Amino acid sequence: MIAPAKSDLVTVNVDGKEIAVPKGTNVIEAARLVGVDVPYYCYHPKLTVVGNCRMCLIEMGMPAVDPVSKAPIMDPVTGKQKINWIPRPQIGCATNASPGLHIRTNTPQIKDCREGVMEFLLINHPLDCPICDQAGECKLQEQSTGYGRGYSRFIEQKNVKPKRTQLGPRVTLDDERCILCSRCIRFCKEIAKDDVLGFVDRGSYSTLTCYPGKALANNYSLNTVDICPVGALTSTDFRFKMRVWFLKQTNSIDTESSVGANTVVWSREGVIYRITPRRNDEVNDTWLADSARDLYKPVRAADRLGSPLVSGSAATGEVAMAKAAEFLKSSAGSVAVVGSGRSSVEEQFLTRKLATALQASTHLVSRTGEGDKLLISADRNPNVRGALVIGLIAQLPKSTLGELGAAIDAGRVKAVVSVGEDLAAAGLTTAQLAKVAIVYLGTHANATTAAAKVVLPTLMTFEKNGTFVNQQFRLQKFFKAVPGPTGAVEDVAVLARLVAGCGGAAVAGEINTLWTTIAAEVPALQTVTFANLPETGLLLDATPWATLPFVEGETLHYKPAAQPASS
Amino acid sequence: MAAPSQRRIIFKHIDEPGYTNDLACYVRNGGYEMLKKAVAMQPAAIIDEVKKSGLRGRGGAGFPCGVKWGLVDRKSGKPIYLVVNADESEPGTFKDRYIMHQDPHQLIEGIMISAWANNVKQAYIYIRGEMPHGARILEKAIAEARAANFAGPNILGTNYSCEIYVHRGAGAYICGEETGLIESLEGKRPYPRIKPPYFPAVLGLYQCPTIVNNVETLCHVKHILEMGGDTYAKIGTPNNTGTRILCVSGHVQKPGYFEYEVGGITLGQLLNEVCGGPLPGRKFKAVIPGGSSAKILKFGETFTLKNKDGSSRTLAVEDIPMDFDTLAACGTMGGSGGVIVMDDSVNMVEALANINAFYAHESCGQCTPCREGSLWMKKITNRMVHETARPDDGVLLKSVADQIAGRTICAFGEACSWPTQSFIAKFGDEFKGYADAKKNEEAAPLV
Repeated sequence: MIAPAKSDLVTVNVDGKEIAVPKGTNVIEAARLVGVDVPYYCYHPKLTVVGNCRMCLIEMGMPAVDPVSKAPIMDPVTGKQKINWIPRPQIGCATNASPGLHIRTNTPQIKDCREGVMEFLLINHPLDCPICDQAGECKLQEQSTGYGRGYSRFIEQKNVKPKRTQLGPRVTLDDERCILCSRCIRFCKEIAKDDVLGFVDRGSYSTLTCYPGKALANNYSLNTVDICPVGALTSTDFRFKMRVWFLKQTNSIDTESSVGANTVVWSREGVIYRITPRRNDEVNDTWLADSARDLYKPVRAADRLGSPLVSGSAATGEVAMAKAAEFLKSSAGSVAVVGSGRSSVEEQFLTRKLATALQASTHLVSRTGEGDKLLISADRNPNVRGALVIGLIAQLPKSTLGELGAAIDAGRVKAVVSVGEDLAAAGLTTAQLAKVAIVYLGTHANATTAAAKVVLPTLMTFEKNGTFVNQQFRLQKFFKAVPGPTGAVEDVAVLARLVAGCGGAAVAGEINTLWTTIAAEVPALQTVTFANLPETGLLLDATPWATLPFVEGETLHYKPAAQPASS
Repeated sequence: MAAPSQRRIIFKHIDEPGYTNDLACYVRNGGYEMLKKAVAMQPAAIIDEVKKSGLRGRGGAGFPCGVKWGLVDRKSGKPIYLVVNADESEPGTFKDRYIMHQDPHQLIEGIMISAWANNVKQAYIYIRGEMPHGARILEKAIAEARAANFAGPNILGTNYSCEIYVHRGAGAYICGEETGLIESLEGKRPYPRIKPPYFPAVLGLYQCPTIVNNVETLCHVKHILEMGGDTYAKIGTPNNTGTRILCVSGHVQKPGYFEYEVGGITLGQLLNEVCGGPLPGRKFKAVIPGGSSAKILKFGETFTLKNKDGSSRTLAVEDIPMDFDTLAACGTMGGSGGVIVMDDSVNMVEALANINAFYAHESCGQCTPCREGSLWMKKITNRMVHETARPDDGVLLKSVADQIAGRTICAFGEACSWPTQSFIAKFGDEFKGYADAKKNEEAAPLV
């Protein structure tokens, strides 16, 4: 966060602790800064404030001044300025920091308010935690432990509401669990711009629903599940699959476009169960596209490459890598290296090293699509800018490998190394593929693996550490969540072996050590180590590439630089 | 002491034989003369007269009208709207309906004067959904007034224009809450807004400065202009000026609506003399003086109030003058003027069950305490009446009400919890006794 100017800071007092916060900061956030927890349900830092849950009630006071002279009124006992406390509790979420604002959260009145709201929220709640997916990450559970009375005085019949409404293809609603906080409604209206949710009926019978004839089908629908403080909105995909407390959380990055939304990968015993957004106020706020949550599905796909292949026959990794290196070295001078905008910065760095060792030409394939103005940009490669930063390419990639095809036809290229790119999909013909010897590093079977001389199975993003450079030139890291399949070897290790085998200078095939080399050789990354790279990423200097005609349009927290009109 | 006679200002022509609700009749009786006077005056001068009059809102809260007008943001450059709250939905209240049915032009004149005074170009009458007849009358009256140049473009030959629109509600009590009303008028669910920041005077209808006034309040504006603010202020009692309409319903011989100077009549005079006392053979038990959300008064209880000079006086329920301040000092409120009388035939548990059912049905459901609490209270009193009652149910009811009042977005929280709080406080024994009686009933053999 950019530090605000001193003049914009106001001093507020929370439970006796003074803190300077930017003017207008709401009391929940201000209290958080001094370590005071103000519980809430409906408030969300990225949505409008509605103040309907009443959980964040606090006592509020202002320094007393004489109504006429405006002189401070002092308290004779303490010698300090008297505080005029408002007798009615106020909601913290709609109370903004102003000079001298005093807040009390630890009084008997506030304790009673919280107990009251907790009791009210639970009387018509089914209390079906044992079968509820939200258990373990449920605000209602947490706050009833923290602020509730611990017993119920309710002996009446609970309200009955719809139990398993399909709001859309990916979201299931249990209305009885809903506490009517309206976060999902506000999200659809304000962020997804797809105003399909609303309440019908009134009072305690209010029911969340989709408007008639509509469905919650937009590509951000699962964010409503993330922000639902209770188990009302559940992911149709994840529900009843796994208890959240068994899951390991690993920080990762969304690879579906150059936005680089920050994510958390939830896994257990080597199996991924879900992907959720990770807050980064400079990139994706707290949101993530639905499509990004499906990216782990290919990890256990049937066409996943498991065993290295030499001329179509299974071989050990050692043999396959030695064969590939031997073979490429012998073709040095007439080799082309096809890198990838999906590879990590480290892999692209080693790809460049390999190309240098083989005096090979380098190629990259672009992937584009329509941007959604939110978290999916027009550039569907997560790391084209990484390739620019480490010098694998100097220009933006084209959508096909036309130049490479021509070089093959002309006989200038006899061998091709492809780092995860399906050459057939990138425009090379079957005839062209047949003319060259192919070394393929990748994760899944495709037309190129079928034609390749050597196939070296590697890892998916979820199975390794690495970094990407997003559209903002923000260097962000991702971590290994699960182990790769037997037979697959980490990409950087394979590339380092090939570099060495092809006569290049020895280079580490392990991320942390590799970064000392990268930092030493790439000026833009001089001070970076993998370990010290912040979780929210590091913004790199983009000026060297300012004139390139990047394809991205405006997305959340990204505005493209003004481009010179294309001819 | 004999009851004073009514002072009919607003209701001057109500129920008058031969008086009709068309324009000709209204003009024949001096109608729209005050609008003519108004457009010859500076708007600020009219606001001054209203301020001087001390007129307090007749919708329920009793907020000074002149102060409300003074709070309007006139510097924003945005249009200022006038919204007429004709959602009269407080149980026990039936005054605005008669104004609209029998003397709609009085309201329209009041609106037009207030609109002129506040530079309003569009006024909305938000009328309760259950009053389709009133809406039709108003539509017709507005058309007449427009045709006669009392409303609409360039009124009375000036370059001032103001349109009045009638908007029918869909039948929700919460639309009487001014910010809920505004939301409804904007076409949304009538969820009351949080204040701050959404004070209607600054961020009201369409996020523009907005004045929301009750029907009766706006009618008073016409009469303030007629007699002058200072003269008006002499009617009634200090800080409780003018007249107000009291709607008496329930167990009296002659229920109805009566217009008195504010504080000019005591509750006892009103019920015993004006309304003919209790039904034969009955005794008054309790009275709700300001619409069903006001706290109940129990006959026999007394109130010790402080006088200005420091001395104190003791009032019985019958002695309470029907003004804003004394009723408030007695722990209840003048509210909307709906006086609901209960005699000794009433079972207080059943009466509260009735009120609780209403508020549970009308809670909008936006904020937690009111949404869950109002239905819970209904479920408890319903169970007490129809199933089993427990001796501690009264204690639980009061505790639930205490968890609502003062913690909600709008005043509905108080509206739904004050009845329960006051019923339990004053008739707690009856709630306990009710449980015991139920128990005996159950224990009795089924034969």
